[in-house]
Parts: sequence; structure tokens; C-alpha cells
Amino acid sequence: MAAKRVDPAANAAAFLDQDDIHEPAHDQNLWAARMKRDAAAKAIPEWEELRNIASQIKEHTLTHLDQYLEQFEANATKRGAKIYWARDAAEHNQHVWNILNERKISSIIKSKSMLQEECGMTQFLETRGITVTESDLGERIQQLDNQPPSHIVMPAIHKTPADIAKIFSKAIGTDPDNTDPHYLNEAMREDARKRFLQAGAGMTGANFAIAETGTFVVCTNEGNADIGAAVPRVHIASIGIEKILPKVTDLGIFIRLLSRSALGTLATQYTSHFSGPRKGGELHIIITDNGRSKRLGMDDFWHSLKCIRCGACMNTCPVYRRSGGLSYGATYSGPIGIILDPTFDESKYSELPYHSTLCGSCTDVCPVKIDISDQILRWRKVMAEKKYLPISRRLAFTAAGRIFERPTLFHGVETVASAALKITPHFLLYNRALNPWGRHRELPHFAKQTFREWFMQYKLKNQEDKQQP
Amino acid sequence: MKVALFIPCYIDAIYPEAGIATYELLQRFGVTVEYPPNQTCCGQPMANEGDQGNSAAAEKLFVQNFSGYDYIVGPAGSCVKHVKQHFDAIPQTDEVKAVRANTWELVEFLHDVLRVDALPWAYFRYKATLHNSCSSIRGLGIAQPSELMGPYFNKSEHLLRMVEGLELVPMDRPDECCGFGGTFCVTDEAVSAKMGLDKIDDYIRNEAEFIISPDMSCLMHQQGIARKAGIDLKFIHIAQVLNGGPF
Repeated sequence: MAAKRVDPAANAAAFLDQDDIHEPAHDQNLWAARMKRDAAAKAIPEWEELRNIASQIKEHTLTHLDQYLEQFEANATKRGAKIYWARDAAEHNQHVWNILNERKISSIIKSKSMLQEECGMTQFLETRGITVTESDLGERIQQLDNQPPSHIVMPAIHKTPADIAKIFSKAIGTDPDNTDPHYLNEAMREDARKRFLQAGAGMTGANFAIAETGTFVVCTNEGNADIGAAVPRVHIASIGIEKILPKVTDLGIFIRLLSRSALGTLATQYTSHFSGPRKGGELHIIITDNGRSKRLGMDDFWHSLKCIRCGACMNTCPVYRRSGGLSYGATYSGPIGIILDPTFDESKYSELPYHSTLCGSCTDVCPVKIDISDQILRWRKVMAEKKYLPISRRLAFTAAGRIFERPTLFHGVETVASAALKITPHFLLYNRALNPWGRHRELPHFAKQTFREWFMQYKLKNQEDKQQP
Repeated sequence: MKVALFIPCYIDAIYPEAGIATYELLQRFGVTVEYPPNQTCCGQPMANEGDQGNSAAAEKLFVQNFSGYDYIVGPAGSCVKHVKQHFDAIPQTDEVKAVRANTWELVEFLHDVLRVDALPWAYFRYKATLHNSCSSIRGLGIAQPSELMGPYFNKSEHLLRMVEGLELVPMDRPDECCGFGGTFCVTDEAVSAKMGLDKIDDYIRNEAEFIISPDMSCLMHQQGIARKAGIDLKFIHIAQVLNGGPF
């Protein structure tokens, strides 16, 4: 059965309508991140050059992916890591399960990984009796609230401290009325510590994987990935095939761009390099495709694979800021989500490309220069061609197309529209179902005389003037 | 110099004064301006919906109307951006390519082609703010987008600085989209309206009396929101300010 189509406009309306607190706070917090990003970028004279180089490195790597992936496998294996290949989510999850099951591991501690989100890994493991604990604070909040992350860098950014106090009071017994972030943070730290010590395996994702050395790099601000990888004996890392960089020297470019773009900070607090298992430990790396090579074959959309998951496009997106990430009903939200999600399910996500004003801000903040805004428009063409658009909208545009095609018809319609507006009762114009324009807006006043009519009169008058002696 | 005036459909019907101001302004600089009377729409509303089939006819007619001119000038950033950058529902013949290459947004044309350096007739004694549309900034590049790092420039502002009496006030979020977005304003009504309201808030905080823009479509949406909320703000096309009317 086809999955139900996500309606981001309706979801966003619900986010806006819930109260006067959540949406303004969400908008302001993310706008602050965008402002910090601007300041951080401005401090680097070669910023635009860095974006160019990063884009070129990614394009080169993506067009030579086979050789770099094999090079990474060979070098990581030499360092003692065990490499697994996963075509899709099912294979990825099966690998994880096999590793855990063979070692009789029943609880894991994990750091943030969008790939593991994509694969629905947590749910898969939980149904097999594994206790999964998110260790990133935002992810943990979302896990306890039974929600997916709403932002790829700040998973719980749509929540207020009061929301979090309520969730923590139920989950770990904090005072529901104490909304002090320091208090809440410390309480979760205490709760997480024992979970780190009890876990049989630590799981991470990776921000970058270096072909030349077989090393992968994980960037966090909380150090949670580091403890998760350092305490349990077994470390399992999920890496998407697009995370590869050819050389260590490439890394500097991306490290300089990543955190500045994401949060406006110079670098993440922790940038950890994992080169083989630690003494007495095991390192398992699952290199995962899950739709990426299909995307690589799409002429119009393969550039989206350059993404380094910084979230800058989400922070700057005026629509995302007013919608909340959960409105997109998908693993990835915001502008990058609009262009990634339909590659997983065109029908389910066919409305996402319309949840944008095409303002273009996402394209200009993207540190690897993905033409996000243009890709959103190209996805609309795909959706229109494949007739995913609701029939009412298709008919409206067919009618518009016919009118604009014929000048006399168009000029006739103009006259009728201006006359109709004068006589149509107010309730019809401002009825929510009949006319969404009027719910928050007065209708524009049609002019008594169109420009065309004015011009014809003006020209006539001019000619008459000239004819006078 | 043979210039064709491109008056987008909504300016024709709702804001003819912006069209008149554009026509008069161009004539002040000694430009011969013609107005092809059979023009309708550039096809943008359909194309932005992804509907190539229904935009093709409008695009074809546009080329018929505007072929053979040295310049095609339109007082509307988003329509011009559509013609220049997305006009691809019809085969790209030499004629189509020429029309696309010769199409200019009014501010760009005044600034880059006519190189206007004085507007002695222009007088506008108000506190106003400038809303350069997203299509004009990030699409056509009439100003340095705040997202990109580079030297500051703003062609509309440069022209407005020549208007006597005008006090330009800055905005807290100058490049932020107002939420019009074409069909977005009805298909995504709640978000669109909130974005517009936030824009209005920004104007009020910065005490602007007038909002001046090279893109009347954004202002149509913003004006609708301000009127409904009972807020007394005035919205005006940049051509009217640069030409000194009609108001």
C-alpha cells in the first residue's frame, strides 16, 4: 500500500496555531544561528573560495566514488576495522543486529546519525529486544518524547525549556516546574552516565571518511560520540557512501566550513578521528548506500549528495522556521529535506517541493554550493509531470494557461474580475475554504483603468496633439 | 535604442500606476518605448508550479510579442527572473534565446544600461524602507545577498539615494522573504501570512511609513496583510518614487 501523502502546509499551520510561544521562539533561535553563521563567514576573507573548493572536492569524489570507497575499505581493514557493505536500510540493520546478537549485546549507546534515522534502526533493534539510548541531548529529548529529530543538527529545536522539563520529569524524575537549562542538562548527564557504562556497544555515524587513511571523523559538541566509542568494547559506525573524502588535506576545508555554517562557531567542540579499533576493542564499519547510488544517477538531483548535513539551509529557510521540522513528516526536513526525501518516496513526499517560496537563501548559504532552490523547482516539474498535484490545482493552472495564451480572452477576464470583485459579497471572499488569500489578507483593489487602457488613450491623445497645427 | 515595455499581468490590472511611472521614467531618459499590446503573462505562475505544459503557451506568446527589440524592460523582478532564468517550457531557438538575453528588470536597466546618475525631478519626503524581492536579490543580483560574502552593493538603494527628501530606514532582516512566493501564498496560506506579518512587524519596529519595492507582487501580499490587520503602511513601486509619481 502506498504511504499516505505528507501535507506540510497543514502540518505547518498546526505548528503555527498551537500557541504564541513555539513558532516565534523557533524562528528567533534559528535566525540567531543564521546571524552567527554570517558573522563567522565574514571573518574568513576566502569564504566563497572555500565553498568553491569544497564543492569541487565533493563533485570529484562523487564521480570517482567506486575507487575511493575501495581505497577506504582497504585502508580501514589494514588498520583492523571490519568493513560491511549495505545496499539498503534492511541490510544495514541486519548487519548491526548480527554484530550485536553474535556477542549477546542487549544495550547500546548511540550518538546522532541521520543515516541510522533513515534506516529506522532504533525501532528495528528495539523490536528485537535491544535497549537503545540516544546520547546526544537533543536526540535523547526526542527519543523520550517518541518523536524523530526535527532538525539535523538541533533535533529538539522546536521545543521550549518548559516542554523539556515536562518530558524529563516523567522520564527521569526531575522537577516539572524547573525549566533551568543547566539543571535539566545536569540531570540528563547523570542519567546518561550509567547508560554509557552499561552499554555493550557504542554506535556512531561519521561526518567524513578519508580514503587515503581509512580513518573516519565524527564531529560533536557534547563529546557524547567519544564516550560512546571509548567505553564499550565494541564500536559500530554507520557511514553513507557519500561521506568519503580522498585525502586528509581535504578535511581542513570541510572542518572550517561545517561548524561555521551550522552554528556560527569556529569548530565543533570535538572533532574525533577514528583509525582502527582501540586496543582490545572492535571496530565495525557499515558502508551504506540506501538509495544514494540511485540518486547519483539522477542528472538533475545528484548534486544533493554533496551535502555535509550542517543544517545551514534549515536555519536560513523562512518557511522552515515558521513550520517546525516535524511538519515535513520525513527524516530530513527544511530545504535539504525537500530535495532528498522524494528520492525515497516520490508519492509520499510529492507536496514537499511546494512548501517553499523559492527565495533562494538556502542555495546561497550552502557550504558545498548545492543548487537547492533550483532542485526544488525541478522536483515540482517531476511532481507535475507525474500528476501528483491535486486535481483542483491542475485544473486551475490549465485554465490559467488557456487564458494567458489568448490576449483577447485575458483582457476580457481582467474586466470581469475587476467587476466581480466589486459585487462579490464579503463572506465569499474571506471564507477560509473558498479563498485562502483572504484569511489574513485584504484583496487587492482592481484599478478602474488597466495600464493597457491608459496606454491606448495616451497614444491616441498624443497622436491627436501632434495632428494639431 | 528600441525598448519594449513589459507590463506583467498583475501590474496591468491592479497597479497600472507602476506601469505608467515606468513608461514616463524611461521616456525622461530619451528612450523610445513601445508597448506591445497583445502581451499577457510571462508564464511564471504555471512554471513555478512545475507545470511546463501550461506555461509553454504563455512563453510562446511572450516571444512573439517581444522579439526584435534591443531591450525588453519590465518593472517586476520575479517575472524578469522567470524569463531570464527559467523560461524553458518551449524549445530554445535563437529567437527565444535573444528575447531572454535582452530582458531586463527596471532597476538593473536604469543602473547598468542607462547608468542613471541624477533624478532632479524626484522628490519624496518620507521615511521609507526598501524591499528588494528575493528574485531581484538572489535571482537577478541587483544587490549583494546577505548570505554571500563580498563587497556591499545595492542598485535600488543607489537609485533611491538620488531622490530628494527620502529617508531610507534599515530593516532587521533586510533579505528575508516576505512569504508571497506566487501560488505559495494560497497553497501555504498559514506560513505565508505569518511571514508577511513578521515583515510588517519589522517595518513598524523601524518606523517606516512607506515600503518601496521593484517587485509589486511582494507588496500586493504585504499590503493585503497590513490592510486586514488595520495597519497604516503605504506600499509603492520604486518607479513611482524615481519618476516622482503618479502616486
